[in-house]
Amino acid sequence: MRISTFFYTLKQGFINIFRNKWFSLASIATISACLFLFGLFYAVILNFQHMVKSAEEGVSVTILFQEGTTTEQMQTIGNEISQRPEVSQIEFTSADQAWEEFKVEYFGDNVELYEEGFPDNPLEGCDSYEIYLNDVEQQASLVEYLESIPEIREVNRSEIAAMTLTGINAVVAYVSAGIIIVLFAVSIFLISNTVTIGISVRKEEINIMKYIGATDFFVRSPFVVEGILIGIIGSCIPMAVVYVLYNRVVQYIGEKFSILSDIMQFLPVNQVFQTLLPVAVAIGVGIGFLGSIITVRKHLRV
Amino acid sequence: MAPVKNRKTKRKKEANHSMIVLDNVSKTYATGSPALDNVSLEIRKGEFVFIVGDSGSGKSTLIKLLLRELLPTSGKITVNGQDVAKLKRRQVPYFRRNLGIVFQDFRLLKDRNVYENVAFAQRIVLTPTKLIRKNVPAVLATVGLAGKYKAKPRQLSGGEQQRVAVARALINEPPILLADEPTGNLDPKNSWEIMKLLEKINEEKGTTILVVTHNREIVNAMQKRVITMKKGVIVSDEEKGGYIDED
Repeated sequence: MRISTFFYTLKQGFINIFRNKWFSLASIATISACLFLFGLFYAVILNFQHMVKSAEEGVSVTILFQEGTTTEQMQTIGNEISQRPEVSQIEFTSADQAWEEFKVEYFGDNVELYEEGFPDNPLEGCDSYEIYLNDVEQQASLVEYLESIPEIREVNRSEIAAMTLTGINAVVAYVSAGIIIVLFAVSIFLISNTVTIGISVRKEEINIMKYIGATDFFVRSPFVVEGILIGIIGSCIPMAVVYVLYNRVVQYIGEKFSILSDIMQFLPVNQVFQTLLPVAVAIGVGIGFLGSIITVRKHLRV
Repeated sequence: MAPVKNRKTKRKKEANHSMIVLDNVSKTYATGSPALDNVSLEIRKGEFVFIVGDSGSGKSTLIKLLLRELLPTSGKITVNGQDVAKLKRRQVPYFRRNLGIVFQDFRLLKDRNVYENVAFAQRIVLTPTKLIRKNVPAVLATVGLAGKYKAKPRQLSGGEQQRVAVARALINEPPILLADEPTGNLDPKNSWEIMKLLEKINEEKGTTILVVTHNREIVNAMQKRVITMKKGVIVSDEEKGGYIDED
């Protein structure tokens, strides 16, 4: 295609949009609404997943050893565990360390006062491993494995929390995916309508073009450009709105619910938009392209 | 060997001398009697031909067949050496560039000025902008509208609008110019001017010109070839002919 033809097509696409302003506006508004909701869901899900992930990372399995297990045995077992694929991290705490930590935590500044009452380590035999997982769902299989090791006396886990978190995650993702798909279908329908109106308005012109010998491509491309432009405009507006809104909401929650700041750790807006923006624009362009190409193929059998 | 050679030379000859050939062409619509019934005719390169006949004579069908809007039910149509029936759908636009078309109702784009209306035809065939800028003023000068390139169609008289349409039909230098009732909406003075313009183009550029018309006065005065159609058949075809009266 010649460059002049490209610009001509682009110009005609713009003219099309302005020629039926109201329908173009309606299409832009619908796409905007879709992508706004998409952006919202995306931001929420991403943050939710982020929070779940950090909660999951906190979920760990603790093991205690039978009495009489030697340090070497513990080390061997520790190495074996750390080599399992579902394990992300493993931390050893010896009985002495555990006692030190306990003392500091409970007696605080008065450590010396109480220390004398405990000549021996009361936590003797409480050497432990704290095992962190890559994925909470793999907890059950890991626990099963750990329980099969004879030297291990006790396996402490938090399965209920893990199951719930995974479940909620999936439900939110499915529901929002469903809503977004319906909205996209509506957008395609509306763009198709807009292009149909555009074609009927320009019927005479298209007719003349056909008589002069315009190729299908030449006749059709301004309408496809129109659809794509609507898609681009319809994706930029909601992205700007979501961007502003996101910052506001994060700030608001941070101020009003500062108690929750430990669990509610929001992702920075740039990290969210790094993926959201290109995806949203691609979806906008895709909807515009799809809506117009379907219509043009149906109505312009040139 | 010999027959092949013969056929080749024959085809070459056809391409050189015959612009439009209809060979026993019939067209029957799904409902009713044939619109064209076994029509054969030959129009040579550089000819100026009138096609006359009442409504229902098959003129419109003939034009649609030449433009490949319709395909003949039987028979063969060759335009500028191409068998119309053999064209694939995507070849049709390129085929139509052989024919410049002028309509009774001008069919200009109302929202664009004269320059743009003419340039439009060049854009469609992907002419570079540089050439468009050169060609459009030249062709507007040919049709006598050099000074009005900025005017919108509604600011022009009927005659002027038809000149724009002629300029648009000519700018891509098609070998054939097809005018469907070009003077149907014009007063006698403008009608004459358009006809004179077509004659000039025919003489100066050697463009083959086909004019479908009702205008008895013009047909009789111009002394060109006249093909008269009636109820789907050619009833007369004479050089320097006149409009044959009914009854």
